[in-house]
Parts: sequence; structure tokens; C-alpha cells
Amino acid sequence: MKKLNGIKLKHRKNTENSATVQFPVPETVRIPMSMTMGAPCQPLVKAGDEVRVGQKIGDTDAAFSAPVHSGVSGKVKAITDYRNAMGVVCKMVEIECDGLQTVSDDVKPPVVTDKESFIKAVRESGACGLGGAGFPTHIKLNPKNEIDTLIINAAECEPYITADYREMMENPQDIINGINMVKSQLGIKTAKLAIESNKPEAIKNFTEMADNDDSIDIITLPSAYPQGAEKVIIYNSTGRIVNEGSLPADVGVIVMNVSTVAFLYRYMQTGMPLVTRRLTVDGNAVREPQNVSAVIGTSFREILEFCKADVGSVIKLIAGGPMMGMSVPDIDMPVVKTSNALLAFDHYDERQTSGCIRCGRCVRVCPLGLMPADIDRAYKIKDIEELKKLKVMLCMNCGSCTYVCPANRKLAETNQLAKALIPRK
Amino acid sequence: MDKLIVSPSPHDENYTKTSTIMLNVIIALLPAWGAAVYFFGMRVIPLTAVCIGSCIFFEYFCRLLMKRSNTIGDLSAVVTGLLLAMNLPVTAPYWMGVIGSFVAIVVVKQLFGGIGQNFANPAITARIVLMVSFPTMSHWIKPLEYDYDAVSSATPLVLAKSGDSLPSYLDLFIGKTGGCLGEVCAAGLLIGGLYLAFRRIISLAAPVSFIGSVFLLSWLGGEDPVYQILAGGLFLGAFFMATDYATTPITTKGKIVFGLGCGIITFVIRRFGTYPEGVSFSILLMNVLTPYIEQLTRTKVLGAKEAAKNEG
Repeated sequence: MKKLNGIKLKHRKNTENSATVQFPVPETVRIPMSMTMGAPCQPLVKAGDEVRVGQKIGDTDAAFSAPVHSGVSGKVKAITDYRNAMGVVCKMVEIECDGLQTVSDDVKPPVVTDKESFIKAVRESGACGLGGAGFPTHIKLNPKNEIDTLIINAAECEPYITADYREMMENPQDIINGINMVKSQLGIKTAKLAIESNKPEAIKNFTEMADNDDSIDIITLPSAYPQGAEKVIIYNSTGRIVNEGSLPADVGVIVMNVSTVAFLYRYMQTGMPLVTRRLTVDGNAVREPQNVSAVIGTSFREILEFCKADVGSVIKLIAGGPMMGMSVPDIDMPVVKTSNALLAFDHYDERQTSGCIRCGRCVRVCPLGLMPADIDRAYKIKDIEELKKLKVMLCMNCGSCTYVCPANRKLAETNQLAKALIPRK
Repeated sequence: MDKLIVSPSPHDENYTKTSTIMLNVIIALLPAWGAAVYFFGMRVIPLTAVCIGSCIFFEYFCRLLMKRSNTIGDLSAVVTGLLLAMNLPVTAPYWMGVIGSFVAIVVVKQLFGGIGQNFANPAITARIVLMVSFPTMSHWIKPLEYDYDAVSSATPLVLAKSGDSLPSYLDLFIGKTGGCLGEVCAAGLLIGGLYLAFRRIISLAAPVSFIGSVFLLSWLGGEDPVYQILAGGLFLGAFFMATDYATTPITTKGKIVFGLGCGIITFVIRRFGTYPEGVSFSILLMNVLTPYIEQLTRTKVLGAKEAAKNEG
């Protein structure tokens, strides 16, 4: 089977050998009630309440959601409105930390007896996909279909980011235990741990660890962006194609991020929900690039100052990788569950966009075989039928087309705008 | 820090620009152009300069007149000028270069919307317009004899049609034969084409299917296939015009169809037509068909359901 290829990016994994540094408890944290895909939570606390580490401070009745917990002990200062980088407005709990980090009595290992209680425990952990998309984990682990393969996504194909790599180097046993736990709870036969070839040390370690275990395959992916995209990683590790309108579960697969599976294992042992986050801090404005483990709700500004960034010179701040990360509009925004990287730059050259020369580079690099140049044309004349034929709805916004475009056309952005033209069924 | 710049992802880009691509095409044309200077003498240089200069001039003033952004920086006008010069005989008067540039840049390119929007290859169209308008366009001289008035010659394809004595393969390969500036030196064109393929500027799908089909058809038609591919403008057309981005299909499948179509038309014109040469006409005709080829040769999208199922 021919593997789907991708584009060669400069890896810039400057922080791959920097062991995770614990960020001190900040004076205040600001925790948004919407950090994952799905419904936002409602605050369970009010101004003046005392909170402790691991205490649930937000939840909702909606199933497609994940509860929010406090990572600090202290006093709730205020409940405010918060607009995230996507423009979504939700409530935000501001907590003044007392620095004592008193752990809540609720933090104890969950009792898991069957699949139902396992899924319930997963929801209570507040877990979501830690790779960046933030899909609630308990939904992912509870599909209607029969699942035979668990794919652990350890591609980490974006430049700069090494947060998952550090998880693999620092807590490999948690990952293996987590994989075995999910497999046995869900009755999945095989697991595939898929790692890009630019992490040879991790591949070697895990190959040794899984040597005696036939049910865990270590898969080496080519170092070509976007190997970590769900459809790409499924195809490249199993040869299965997730069809239009289908989910991975429809082809018997669940894809989980490597850090998520390790977190889940630790949660089942300790009961400490998702309240901290490892993020790679890098970019040319950061003098000491490193991996930082910070309490969720810590402001980006404090993280950058901690990494000796010249905060005053930053003009471009990206939460996530340079290919799919979000442009951060405000340096005081907080670390959320999905913050896998924080990249700060003191320059940003935006080249002039010029006419499409139809060189076809975008078509060549699209991992799904879309034709961004034609979508660009059809979008310009708002030809909805043509856009449907060109399957623009399948675009996952990996950005490869924009990246390679010699005319600097914003093709990935156009794809998203084109999607919005197509009426939903 | 006053304000952070917010923009949609991706926030990284590679550094191949339109001008990088055009510069590479210029570099790739230089070996064949250099051979033309050697075989046809110094007049090649001012003739080329006139073509490039007037292409840049027309590009600049056309954009100015249309109140559009200045695009001479992308170097595409330079490529068009150079290609046009390479499609002229060395005896062509300078004013013909200017007229050719006008047709290429103003009529074919800018009136249709500028770079990437032209329906046909500007240099090819200019060559054809000049060829059907002026008899001088088929006044060829012998290589290495720089007296432009006296010695006239015929192109190898004319010789082949009339049955006269033919130049050797080697002469054809290195360019010691009659013809327009750029088409004579097959070796230089091959080097340039392979350079572009190596730099991944062009795909070899169209050139290979173009040259391959001419070779095969002339062989089946009882002609000398090696002679047929080395003579005339085939290498120039196949490597530098059948690979033009704007006027040829995007997908590999489409490029192969395009190349085959060019090959068949070239063979038919050379064999049965009144013109000795069919490369330019074949490319122009296939340029016009390109939108249809594109419709029929789209990529297969991973996991896409058939359109028919989707409608319901």
C-alpha cells in the first residue's frame, strides 16, 4: 500500500531535548468554560467561593462536552465573559490563588467496573484530545460501531511542537499502560502507535517496550506534514479510507492523541482531572524555548515572560503549530486544554497575493487530493454546485496548499469560506 | 507590543515565489539560446533584447492603463519575451518582435486578465500570428553563415517534405540546422527541460507523451522517427510550451492527455498538412481544449463519494 505523502517542512523541533519545566502557580488563573469542542459549561462556583485543586468548577447537561476543573486552590474572584480566539463567547472563572495548592477531597481514583463506568470516569476527567482539536474523549471512546483498532497519534507533524514527544520520552510507561487500559475497557484487539520518522529515539524506545506484546504495533510514518491528520494517519496505519460523511469509528478505528492516552491512565490511578497542560514555548521572540507544564488558566503573557521572551516585541502569537495553530489576538489569553504550543514572533512578513499561475502545486500537495486552485476559481464566482463537485467540504484546513502557493494565495482560507457557502443538509 | 497580527493559518510559508519559477524557466532557456547565438551570430542578442524589452513595456503600460497592480516583477513578461524571440528566425526585423510582443502580452495575456488567465500560450499565439501574417517568418538562413541577406536555407522538416538531402542526427541534435532561434538546438532544450523537471518546476508528463507520440506515430507512418522528434520546434514546444502552467491541465492525467493530443495533431499536420511544421498549431489547439480536459481529468479525492450518490 502506498502511503499518503505530504510536504516537507523544516521541523524546527528546537525543544525536543528540553525536559518539561514546571511553571510555578500563578497569582491568578482565568479558566474559560469552553475549551473543547461541544457545548460550553456553566460555572458551578460563584464569586467568593473557595476552590481546591481538582475541584469541578464547570459542567453542563449536554452530552457532547467536557467538564472543567480548577488547577489551583484559592478564591473565586469573579465570573466574567470571555471571547476565545475563535470568537466564541463563554463564561470564565477567575480564581485568586492562595499558593497552597490544597487538593480537593473529590480527587480520588474513580471506581471502574464496566465499560459504562469507564466512559463516565473519562467524562469526569475533563479529557479531550490534547493534540489540538479538543474532541471530548468520552464521546470518542463510546462509538456505536465495533472497533478493532486503536490508533495512537504520536505523529506530531507540525513544526516546533515537541509536547507529545516529551510525553513519550518522560512517561512512556503511562502511554503503554494507557493503551492497554483503553484496549481492555473497550475490547479492542490491536493498537497502533504511529510516530513520525523524525523521532527515532521514541520509535526505538517503544519498539523495545512493545517487543513482547503482539497487540501493540509501532508504526513509523514518513516525516511529511500532515501525517497526524486523522484521515491520513488512519490510511497510513491501516489502509482504511474514512469516507465522506463517515467517522473513523465507521471503519472500526479510534484515533487518540498520545498525551491524551497517558493522561487518562494517570487519571484512573490518581483521580486528578485535566488541570495542567504541557506546552512547547518557542518562536524567535522567545529567548529560552522550552516545554512548560502550566496550570490551565495561566496567562500566555506569564508563560512568555517565564521563557524570557521579549514580550514587548511580539507581534505574532500563535497558539498551536505554525500550520494549523490559531493566531492569538490578545497576549493575556489563558492556557486552555488544547494549548499544545505557544509560538511568539517579533516579525511577520505578509507577502502580497498575486494571480494564480495554475502551477498545480496545491493539487500536488493536498493530502486528500482536493484541487484548491479550482476551488479558488469556483469560490470567486460563487459556483456552489462546482464547489460541491470539488468536494471542498472534505478540506481539513491543514494549510499545505497555502504553504506551497508561489502566488501566496490564501487557498486554505478560501476553502473554509467556500465551505460556508454550501448549505448544510 | 501594541497589537498582535491576527491572520488565518497557516502562518508559515515556503519561499518559492512566482518570480523564482520564472527565473528558473529563464535559466533553463539559456543553453538553447546560447546555441542560437553561436549558430546564428550576434544579431540574436539585439533581437532577443527587443522582444523582452517590448514585452516588459507592454506588460507595464497595459497594467497601468487598466489601473491594475504592476506585475513586471514576477518576470513572466521576460519569459514570454525570451520565448517569443526563440520562436523567430534570426532574420526577423526588430519591428516584428515588437508586434509579436504586443500580440503576446496585450492581446493574449492582459486582455484575458493577466498572468494565469490567458487561454493560450502567448508566445505560441504570437508566433502563429506572425507566421500567417508575414512571409519573412519563414526566411531561414544556414547556421554559421552570418550574411543575413544572401544565404537562405530550409528547415529540416521542409527538406524532409521535399525529399532533399537531410542534415545528420548530430547536426540536428546540437542545432546546426535551419530554423528559428530556439528550436534548432535539441541538446540545449533537453538540458533546460531536464533542469526544470529536476527543480520540480515542470512535470515531464506532457513532454514525454508529446515527444513519445510523435516518435511512435511517425515510426508507424513509415518516417524516420528520430529525425521527426529532433527536427522542428518539437523540443521547444514540448519542454517549454506544453508545460506552460496556465494553458495546460493541472493533473498528471490531464498533462498526458494534453501531450498525446499535441503529438497526434503535430503528426497529422506534418504528414498531411500544407505547413511543414505543426508543433505551434497543435499546442494552440490543445490550449483551447484544456478546460475540457481539466473537467474530465480531475483528481480522485480520498474518501469522496460519487457525485451521483451525493445528489439524492
